[in-house]
Amino acid sequence: MSDLEVTPEAQPQLHGCPLSDSRGQTVVHPTRAQYVALMKKLLDDGYVMCSDLTATDYLTHSGRTLPEGIEAERFEIVVNLTAIASRDRIRIRVQVPESDPIIASLFDLWPGTEAMEREVFDMFGLSFDGHPDLTRILMPEDWDGHPLRKDYSIGRIPVQFKGSNS
Amino acid sequence: MGVVRNVLDDGLGGLEHNFVTGRIEDLVKWSRSRSSWGATFGLACCAIEMMGTGGPHYDIARFGMEVFRASPRQADIIIVAGRVSQKMAPVLRQVYDQMMEPKWVISMGVCASSGGMFNNYAILQGVDQIVPVDVYAPGCPPTPETLIHAIETLHQQIEDGEIMRRRAKSGAGANIHITEIPAQTSPVSVSLGRPATSWTSS
Amino acid sequence: MTSVENVFRTHEGAQEMRPRSEISAKEILREVGSVLRMSEAEVAKLGQMPADADEDQTMIINMGPQHPSTHGVLRLMLELQGEKVLRCKPIIGYLHTGMEKTGEELTYMQGGTNVTRMDYLSPLNNELVFSMAVEKLLGIENDIPERAVWMRMLLSELNRMSSHLLFLASNGMDLGAVSMMLYGWREREEVLRFFQKVTGLRMNHNFIRPGGVAADLPPGWRDDVLTILEMLPGRLAEYDILMTDQPIWRERLQGVGVITADEALALGTSGPILRSTGVAWDLRRDQPYLHYDEVEFDVIVGSYGDAFDRYAIRINEIRESIRIVHQVLDAMPLGDYRIQNKKVTPPPRARIDESMEALIHHFKIFTEGFKVPEGEVYVAIESPRGEIGCYIVSDGGPKPYRIHMRAPSFVNIQALPHMMRGGLVADAVAVISSIDPVLGEVDR
Repeated sequence: MSDLEVTPEAQPQLHGCPLSDSRGQTVVHPTRAQYVALMKKLLDDGYVMCSDLTATDYLTHSGRTLPEGIEAERFEIVVNLTAIASRDRIRIRVQVPESDPIIASLFDLWPGTEAMEREVFDMFGLSFDGHPDLTRILMPEDWDGHPLRKDYSIGRIPVQFKGSNS
Repeated sequence: MGVVRNVLDDGLGGLEHNFVTGRIEDLVKWSRSRSSWGATFGLACCAIEMMGTGGPHYDIARFGMEVFRASPRQADIIIVAGRVSQKMAPVLRQVYDQMMEPKWVISMGVCASSGGMFNNYAILQGVDQIVPVDVYAPGCPPTPETLIHAIETLHQQIEDGEIMRRRAKSGAGANIHITEIPAQTSPVSVSLGRPATSWTSS
Repeated sequence: MTSVENVFRTHEGAQEMRPRSEISAKEILREVGSVLRMSEAEVAKLGQMPADADEDQTMIINMGPQHPSTHGVLRLMLELQGEKVLRCKPIIGYLHTGMEKTGEELTYMQGGTNVTRMDYLSPLNNELVFSMAVEKLLGIENDIPERAVWMRMLLSELNRMSSHLLFLASNGMDLGAVSMMLYGWREREEVLRFFQKVTGLRMNHNFIRPGGVAADLPPGWRDDVLTILEMLPGRLAEYDILMTDQPIWRERLQGVGVITADEALALGTSGPILRSTGVAWDLRRDQPYLHYDEVEFDVIVGSYGDAFDRYAIRINEIRESIRIVHQVLDAMPLGDYRIQNKKVTPPPRARIDESMEALIHHFKIFTEGFKVPEGEVYVAIESPRGEIGCYIVSDGGPKPYRIHMRAPSFVNIQALPHMMRGGLVADAVAVISSIDPVLGEVDR
């Protein structure tokens, strides 16, 4: 099922970045270079609240649909913004390659992203450039590895119980 | 103990002698079981049920336990209520070590007893890996009735002296598993399996 | 038996608060609680700002994670000058359960059991947002039967009431009104008893599932709800006498933990914290879900952004919830309690004996799980603590590829340094209590 809304003439764009539609929600796909500038413009457009900043590891799901011109990478940062005055939401998805897992921090635009970016660093290993204190937040400081990556096992211990799958 | 058989009818006037004798050990065990103070170690959802047990409906104050002391030096029982994560495990051990002897551990809920539904990297699969547990109370979360059953089982063991004897031998916890009592709308009567020690026996 | 030397002391290294000389200026500004940035012209106009005291006159102390009033296992490191708080750094992760990773291993039917234990004070709200996200991915969000939708509203509002009653109880106890703890629990038990009758459990119900709810309301439910609704207003009036109008309570809460609207929005806070600053943002009214656009209720808004406003908002939200539940009682239709889509909901137990097809569907749904089309979705609702959101990425299989819950307390805790700055340590307790965090959803 394609979530893509592409007219034959021109691809829908917002501030120079391609758009797509996901179950009725507008999604913007900037590149890493366009990311901060786009976010600044969105903040000026009225999206004053950053509701959520998280990431996804697409290691085992390579067949997802993206607009033309966007290269699929292993990691994707997903930001959900909310505009209070216009009661509107918008989603931004940025591709982050595994070989260079660094992206700009949104701390200067929305200080509330501080904890969310630390969680992404802790769970996925993506670094945020410009973040004031990029340390682990949920795991102990000396923990090895980034738990939410797909190549990190869940760490289940074998349980002698017929019928349990956890 | 001295002759006290008329106390039930006449109160203190029923005492035939002015002296009542008994063993100090019995008095100590009785008072330990009747006024044990819990250390606050509520972690997650089980903590809410533990607070509910302290509330007016279930009321563990009638068993002497409504006081939860935050300072481990003043606590007797640590009720580990909730899931223990990787970061929290050393904290639990530190608090347990700071408690004064005699001390007991009730592992409340399935997450504390065995890791519960979270069989993953983040949760300790049972607090008995780091502290010796005396009573395991199952449930997710255990109803207040189950928690009271666990507490009273522990109190019975303290009063009988069983627990101290076992501890002196092996240093391990008592390892008592109780059955869960599902939530009820009317009061539940529970028999702890042993008749209470009679006052008139020696 | 064990000596103190054998104790492994927990050190969280760089996660803890370090002396000012060791950290960057940006981080100092954050721990001090400065949220908004002034322009250069404004800075120039201000001239010389009074600096904080030197390092040898301040003390860094640790509160928690085992502490009677940190609402769970929240660890706070405070830099104090005497009794005054200069910097604050919350350290979380003491309840990290790996729920998002576990969620990837559970089917969509089982996902509710996982998600419901995040915010354990309002479990039905977690289940609701998860179910709504799954239904949006499935494309059935408009086909949920009416009775199921109204039942969800009823349970959600009752959960809001029980969560706010627990807030009143713990807020009272934290500030010294210990009897309030017992009164709050007394009311909460009534609501929990109703939940036990309907869902079978007092907490962590796993009742709201994708497709509707798990079972129908039991006979006699209307009387039970009316008993609760008739009892509460009188009790709330008693609490007004005990707390709201009381001078000690006001002295302790008014002017404590002040935050302005711009700062609250910049930090991403929502719920009573945002509403206490004057921003009338309530997802039930501004982005209505279920049938909230068909019931009448007011959105309670404060004006000073302090802890007293947040307390007043919550006690009045209980009253608004009572109003909503009355309207739900009037509007509750008859009908199915879950969608009759064979692929999503299991068949009734009786039919399993009769029909082979029903047996196969039951088997497939409970073992393998139902497959959800590919895509991603973010759904947010108004929980007692603020905006709770569920972001699910599906790869077409029976288990979520990625599930992420946007927990309101996780974001609200970032407001702590700003609210605590300049106050006393005793006010720190009042501030944490007024934010009403639930560490289960902070750490997940």
